[in-house]
Amino acid sequence: MSFEQEYGTVAIFLIVGAALYAVIMLVNRVMRPSVPSPLKLTTYECGVEAVGSGWSQMNIRYYVFAFLFVIFDVEAIFLFPWAVIIGELDATTTPSSLFALIAMFLFIATLLEGLAYAWKKGVLTWD
Amino acid sequence: MESPPLWVPLFTTIVVFAFFLLSTALLIWAERRVVARMQTRLGPNRVGPLGILQTLVDGVKMFFKEDITPGMVNKPVYTLAPLVGVIAGFLAIAVIPIGGEVTLFGETFTLVVADLHVGALWILALGSIHVYSVFLAGWASNSPYPLLGGIRSSAQMVSYEIAMGLAVASVFIYAGSLRISDIIEAQAGDGLIPGMPGWFAIPLLPAFLVFVVGMVAEAGRPPFDLAEAEGELVGGFNTEYSGMRFGMFMLAEFMQVVTMSAIVVTLFLGGPSGPTFGLPDAIAWVMPIFWFSLKMSLFIFFFILLRGALPRARYHRLMDLGWKVLIPVALVWTMVTAAFVLLNELGGLATETRWVLAGIAGVIVIGLLVLGSSPDDASDAPVPPDEDPAASDHDKVTS
Repeated sequence: MSFEQEYGTVAIFLIVGAALYAVIMLVNRVMRPSVPSPLKLTTYECGVEAVGSGWSQMNIRYYVFAFLFVIFDVEAIFLFPWAVIIGELDATTTPSSLFALIAMFLFIATLLEGLAYAWKKGVLTWD
Repeated sequence: MESPPLWVPLFTTIVVFAFFLLSTALLIWAERRVVARMQTRLGPNRVGPLGILQTLVDGVKMFFKEDITPGMVNKPVYTLAPLVGVIAGFLAIAVIPIGGEVTLFGETFTLVVADLHVGALWILALGSIHVYSVFLAGWASNSPYPLLGGIRSSAQMVSYEIAMGLAVASVFIYAGSLRISDIIEAQAGDGLIPGMPGWFAIPLLPAFLVFVVGMVAEAGRPPFDLAEAEGELVGGFNTEYSGMRFGMFMLAEFMQVVTMSAIVVTLFLGGPSGPTFGLPDAIAWVMPIFWFSLKMSLFIFFFILLRGALPRARYHRLMDLGWKVLIPVALVWTMVTAAFVLLNELGGLATETRWVLAGIAGVIVIGLLVLGSSPDDASDAPVPPDEDPAASDHDKVTS
């Protein structure tokens, strides 16, 4: 199948999915009761009155994990094309299979070193 | 190849939707029944035979629930979040074949919506988009519990996503393609021993195990359901949602269990392949659907058993498992797989050598797991409550 056909069917699928969501929400809108009350507009705090803003402070570690995620996700992006073609390479192709393997070994070793460094620095530790 | 008429994609779309939505409904029912049985309760047994219509009735009930939008929320993002979650969940199933070739009204087609070139990447990408719905829902609610729940579960999901992605890389090395039909085809035929299926789960066992753990965490299911730790975070990221919007989050979450089971079956267990027992062509098309449903049901059952059997993991254990065990194992295993494939090209190894190598690798992995977990257990000893009350109070608020 061509590119247009493949993604055309995905588009049909997307439209059907979105339509399903729209229909469900619409039926809900028609059928649901509406009993407004000022208490319903407040923050849910298990019955206690909320204090301060809802956007509270959070642990800085999450930020570091986001960084690590970006690094490793980009690594995965580099890894996938390599993983797809590594089986087709051999000694006669350019690059040769051994070259491709060693190149990726070096890349992954660098990243593992980074992970080990983060580990050693205690970034991965929660306490 | 001439293009099929328009009704073919429409037909597959509806069949795939029906298959996955029905599976989701059955999953919710089965989960309540099985978990009830594990806790010596009866579970739902009033609506329909064995209570099988319970999910349907619950869904109908959801339609009649008031939809409260609290005053402090960020309205556009608050409305968008469940939509993103549901659509990402729907789109991921578009590339999964639920059966083999079917001939209907003179048209032969496979029971898959779109067999994209980048099928496996598509699944991983939509898994990432699902994180957006969790995070945006938590942030847009402008309320402490959803914010903490949203951030917790996005951190959890992205961590395990890396492990899953790296585990899948070794599948790509074996299959040499990202296209789902190529991956399934690469698993056809015999495995190491004649008669054994050539499923990737066997030669790529470490990757398979990493993927299974990763998929449980990615779906936010027990023992990794920290986003919805009821005792501490109420409902997690969806605390401020109600009515059908909340129902949509639930749908997305349960559907993810079905989707993840379908994905692991497709990538590691040969998808819809299986013996047809020499049935005539007219009904042989049923068998791939049967095999696929059977394999998928096994994984769904596994998810349910996990929920019934295991307590919730603590957050630092969860992140430790992801970053200190699964990611290194997946990375190293990818390299081992690549080296193996190249060795094969250079002449290959004898079957006995392979078994010995596999045994050595297994011993190393088990040894690492044992060594890696023992110092951690020491740090898990309960901290005396009077040690540093200020610090523990601070943790409650910020972590």
